[in-house]
Amino acid sequence: MSAETAPTDVNPAVDGSELIRFDKVTKRFAGNTVLDNLCFSVDSGKHVTLIGPSGSGKTTILRLLMTLVKPDEGTIKVNGDYLTHEERGGKLVPAGEKHIREVRKNIGMVFQQFNLFPNMRVLQNVMEAPVQVLGLSKDEAETRARELLDMVGLADRCNEYPSRLSGGQQQRVAIARALAMRPQVLLLDEVTSALDPELVAGVLDVLRDVARTTDITMLCVTHEMNFARDISDQVLMFDGGKVIESGSPEKMFGDPDHERTREFLSAVL
Amino acid sequence: MSWDWSNVDAFMPRFWDGVLVTLQALAGGALIAFVLGLVWAVALRAPQAWIRWPVAVFTEFIRNTPLLVQLFFLFYVVPSWGPSMSPLVTGIVGLGLHYSTYTSEVYRAGIEGVPVGQWEAATALSLPKTRTWTAVILPQAVRRVVPALGNYVIVMLKESPQLAAIGALEMLGEARGFSNETFTFEAISVVGIAFIVIAYPASVLLRVLERRLVR
Amino acid sequence: MMTAEFFKSWFLPGVWITVQVTFLSAALAFVISFVIGLARTAPSKIVRILAGIYFEVFRSTSSLVFMFWIAFTVPMLFQIKFIGMAAGVIALGMTYGAYGSEIVRGALQAVPPAQREAGIALNFTRVQRLRRIEIPQAWPEMLPPFNNLLIELLKGTSLVSLIIVADMTFAGNLQRLVTGDSAPVYTLLLVVYFVLAFLLTRGMRLLERRAKAKLGQAPPKGGLLGGLRERGAIDAVTGTAGTAGTGGAK
Repeated sequence: MSAETAPTDVNPAVDGSELIRFDKVTKRFAGNTVLDNLCFSVDSGKHVTLIGPSGSGKTTILRLLMTLVKPDEGTIKVNGDYLTHEERGGKLVPAGEKHIREVRKNIGMVFQQFNLFPNMRVLQNVMEAPVQVLGLSKDEAETRARELLDMVGLADRCNEYPSRLSGGQQQRVAIARALAMRPQVLLLDEVTSALDPELVAGVLDVLRDVARTTDITMLCVTHEMNFARDISDQVLMFDGGKVIESGSPEKMFGDPDHERTREFLSAVL
Repeated sequence: MSWDWSNVDAFMPRFWDGVLVTLQALAGGALIAFVLGLVWAVALRAPQAWIRWPVAVFTEFIRNTPLLVQLFFLFYVVPSWGPSMSPLVTGIVGLGLHYSTYTSEVYRAGIEGVPVGQWEAATALSLPKTRTWTAVILPQAVRRVVPALGNYVIVMLKESPQLAAIGALEMLGEARGFSNETFTFEAISVVGIAFIVIAYPASVLLRVLERRLVR
Repeated sequence: MMTAEFFKSWFLPGVWITVQVTFLSAALAFVISFVIGLARTAPSKIVRILAGIYFEVFRSTSSLVFMFWIAFTVPMLFQIKFIGMAAGVIALGMTYGAYGSEIVRGALQAVPPAQREAGIALNFTRVQRLRRIEIPQAWPEMLPPFNNLLIELLKGTSLVSLIIVADMTFAGNLQRLVTGDSAPVYTLLLVVYFVLAFLLTRGMRLLERRAKAKLGQAPPKGGLLGGLRERGAIDAVTGTAGTAGTGGAK
């Protein structure tokens, strides 16, 4: 744990090397194949948006990366380490809790429903994991938390309970909470879908800020196509549990190759 | 002292007598609890405050004081101005009265559990009041009420040994009597296991029933 | 007639014994509730099964029979002597702990899964999640059924009089045997039990108010006449995630 208590302002892999790799990942829910032999990779520092019709398995990808669900087949690598497996005696076996936690500490997630802890005030929500998981001192964690809350524009709400905040404010706290862990990868799961329309812009502005000022790799599931076009380096189009097309936002939103992509975009734009 | 199975064998005839009395107490007590509980539940929904209040105070008092002391009261105090009852009958009345204050809550919850929309739909169709109760509300309430009542029957079963304190010879009473007369100790273990053997399958059965009835 | 001597020598000490038995067995039941309740949600299947057996066995056990067994059979079989009220406290604590474990398990299960997921996303261990997220959130949900269980336990303490512990019920019986006059003393007993139950409820409501304030939720409705029982998702009396009943209705 000692390595984690040291300042980690510098992310180890920002040189554009491969950070995430899905290899032949299959996931079924109650016999329904949601992801089918999925292969794709994300390079470090990139901002990748996953688009596609609902039920196409986009959110499942994020949940697999966060180890909230486990793949039925295939492997996922983060930073070259297997996420849900470990090598023992040259064989791949399901990973133990310790291994998973070690790999998982590089990953942060922001949820559609914010999922703030209602039993903690805003500041405590952001401080909790750095203290408990990273072993930061209370002072260090508080400084870090206050900085982040300031960045998301909520420095004055530190002592409120989450239930007193609007959805947009709660989501901005959730972003600060995820960033406080200094993740290499930030997973954004439809982070504006649960918000009233007038609150969406504030959250997206914060995320644009994060994208611009940090080198955090972002994996984003969203229905906000303008936002996707703004921040993405790469857009992946999903359908039927597979990536059917990927490319730069200019190409994907301007002149996609695939008929399904064209149909989908004309329906949502 | 070590365990002696022959004492268990010797106890068995009295054990079965005790089972019979326990079951009588349970059947009688449950019947009273079911009926009286419904009376309380209806009274607590009465529009007249002078009906609601005394019933609320009475049931609240009974529910929050020990059955054991209530049994003593019924057995030793009531006969001085009221009917004098045998230990078993006193026990049946005590059990029934005590748990009627719980079953009344079961009925209340069952009735309140029927969505308001059902009352409104019945009103919209101009169903007469009795028809609304018998055809719309009660059939829906029953699904919630029956498993909960069943659970209280199991609770009553487990509390029924208190009847031994006023001299009713149910399972525990028989066991104590046998132990004291023969200077042995095995009988209480037999009774303890008997309760588990009866109560556990009953609660499993109720859980199955509950899953069937509630959606 | 109830004399001053009776009050001083038997009844008031009896009340004190009742209070002690209540608190000691409540403490034991509380610990067992959490140990068994948490074990019933443990990742290990063996732990879950063992804890499940404890719950099923003690939920099916008659507390009075178990109390007699502890007080009279155990000393015979194992040459162990229990002093004073110990047998009563153990029996009450173990049986009511089983009901309490259902309260703990149910309240933990009622914490939204999303909270667990948020904890995983922040890389908490299971113990950290329980301690910092799940138990604090489940706690206010546990208090109303714990209140109901505590009143049941208070009523249950009267059973210790039957294993010759000189609680207030014992004092009442003694008074009847000595004077043959039973009406005043049994009436008094019922009233004192009710007052104790009322006081316990007040205390639990205070705890609940504080717990809810900590979650930023509205405090529970109080009022002198709101009744002593509270309605929650779990029926403390039958030990079921009740669909109806005292403390069983939503």
